[in-house]
Amino acid sequence: MSQSVTMVDAVGRALGQILEDDPRAILLGEDIGVNGGVFRATAGLQARFGPDRVVDTPLSEAGFVGAAIGMCLVGLRPIVEIQFDAFVYPAFEQLASHAGRFRWRTNGAYGLPLVIRIPYGGGTKAPELHSDSPETLFSHTPGLRVVAPSDPLSAGEMLVAAAACGDPVIYMEPKRLYRRGRAEVPDRFQASSLDLAQVVRPGTDVAILAHGAMVEVAMGAAEHLAAQGASVRVVDLRSLYPLDRDMLLRTATEVGRVVVVHEAPRHSGLAAEVAAILQEEVADHLLAPVLRVTGMDMPFPLFQLEDQALPSVARVVRAAQATLEY
Amino acid sequence: MRELGAASGDLAPGAELMEGTSTVLGLPSDRRREALAGLGRSLVLELFAAMARLRAFDERAVILQRQGVIGTYPTYFGEEAVQAGSVLALEDRDWLFPTYRQNSVVVLRGCPPEVPLLLWRGNPAGWHDVQALHTAPVCVPVATNYPHAVGAAWGSRLLGEASVALAYGGDGSTSEGDFHEACNLAAVVRAPVIFLVTNNQWAISTPLRLQTRVERIADKASAYGMPGVRVDGFDVFACYLAVREAAARARRGEGPTLLEAVGYRLGPHGTADEPSIYRDPESARRWDVWEPIGRAVKALVDAGLASSDELAKLGADAAAEMRAAGDRLQDFPLPSIGEVATRVYKDTPWTLGADRLREPTFREEG
Repeated sequence: MSQSVTMVDAVGRALGQILEDDPRAILLGEDIGVNGGVFRATAGLQARFGPDRVVDTPLSEAGFVGAAIGMCLVGLRPIVEIQFDAFVYPAFEQLASHAGRFRWRTNGAYGLPLVIRIPYGGGTKAPELHSDSPETLFSHTPGLRVVAPSDPLSAGEMLVAAAACGDPVIYMEPKRLYRRGRAEVPDRFQASSLDLAQVVRPGTDVAILAHGAMVEVAMGAAEHLAAQGASVRVVDLRSLYPLDRDMLLRTATEVGRVVVVHEAPRHSGLAAEVAAILQEEVADHLLAPVLRVTGMDMPFPLFQLEDQALPSVARVVRAAQATLEY
Repeated sequence: MRELGAASGDLAPGAELMEGTSTVLGLPSDRRREALAGLGRSLVLELFAAMARLRAFDERAVILQRQGVIGTYPTYFGEEAVQAGSVLALEDRDWLFPTYRQNSVVVLRGCPPEVPLLLWRGNPAGWHDVQALHTAPVCVPVATNYPHAVGAAWGSRLLGEASVALAYGGDGSTSEGDFHEACNLAAVVRAPVIFLVTNNQWAISTPLRLQTRVERIADKASAYGMPGVRVDGFDVFACYLAVREAAARARRGEGPTLLEAVGYRLGPHGTADEPSIYRDPESARRWDVWEPIGRAVKALVDAGLASSDELAKLGADAAAEMRAAGDRLQDFPLPSIGEVATRVYKDTPWTLGADRLREPTFREEG
């Protein structure tokens, strides 16, 4: 049996599966209970599992992320919802100073089975601080894993994998894709690998690497370029820390031209890391410089201007063409 | 055991701060003797021995720092009563969330003293066994351990266990956002947690009056709908009783307690601190009469519960134990940085692989 569901439904189904399978799993967050979360990702779960397992917390990101760390010590496996991307900033100290360090502080003996779900990114015409892409803060913080799905199936499979991982996982949900389309998912999600990228479109002339909502943009660019006769490979990075090094090297070696897309600011962004890895390890295989199409080094603009800041199909096409013409 | 306004008049310096604290040692002598006898000789000696071991650890650590055997060290001279009283008032299943100032409380739970000393020596062997000791790693940021304790306590209750969590902190920590968030969350979910704040009047150089406008930290509890209790922080017996009572409340399902242990930082903030820059050494020294071990000796001898020789021997034994622990520090091997790199994640990612530790070479050149 399978169903056709949106990404936000897939997240909710995966959470229900996790709560059902593991009595130690517990959800914490703001408005996630009766209200089902502001995006309805947890709709119906409190009615199904009760207010002690799907917990509406006070408005205190540092407090409930910190409490989730303490819960891990006594054997629970918390999954925390941060309501919007930028709301995670008050909890940053708990994540950087504690969550990422805990296994290291026990000489490897005890990790924190903690998942932090963060709906993130722009393109939804939201108020200020509701459109940030803070993934690089976490991919630069030791001890955390950072992942981002880009479709309903991977959303469910990666969430189940994150909950089983045993180390803190920052699970970035591209909220712009929450209801973008439907995809077939099975009754039960199987945990996927947490650190493998995926080729989502084969191609041989230029490769576009992206994650989250930018995969859709990359696919749009690939269509456009294909119409002009270029064979474009699109790689969904999925794992932002650690990056899938083998996939990066294979892609560069086989294709030779690479464009990296993300909506987070450019400076010290993930694209910079990808470019650095490629030039360190497979420089001789690169047929053109690695190009970046990213957000700008400024606060994410108020929404009337957001389309100018977000990487667009046209910008990605131009970058890919530049590498093809190099 | 709460005794309002009972701090005795012969301990003039700071006595006004002790107004309204629960106390045993501050009781008039006949009632003090009676209270100590009520605790029983074996318990009072156990509490005294715990203080003696903490003191000996602290003194040894300062010596080892001066000798260059360990690095900078945050002394807790004068806080032994709060630490010993609280640890002994709890059960082994209860969780402790110490800060750097309570860095050796694990020793009272059976951890070899070498372990916390090694932490200050900068050796990863200094990380104690968190699960075996039910004690979180020493928390270096101020106040971030409070939410952890709330989660552990709340989580225990959700799991149907009756364990309690206790988080330590100081007066300065109550100005941090995490203190507020933790108190609020704990009260809302009725977490069985104790916030044990030692108000020693100083946060490095910042006095309490620059930290907060309330004179009593315990008053902050009312904003969260939980009890705020003040206890004489130089009185191990009072601290023991106050924590025991807060733990009993928590176990009965009555939620958190903010416990203010009123004291004074008798020593520097740490081995790198020079208090004479910011506070008058003369007025600081007036507080020495409250020093918790000397105060306990007087009371126990007076109550006929122990001889001064017997108590001195407990101190000497503890000093010998800690000296021996210090002597063994150099025997502990250091792991390689490559080994430590494999202790960050359950499945070590390629980013922490052995090849990342070497200087890069270009493949063609071998």
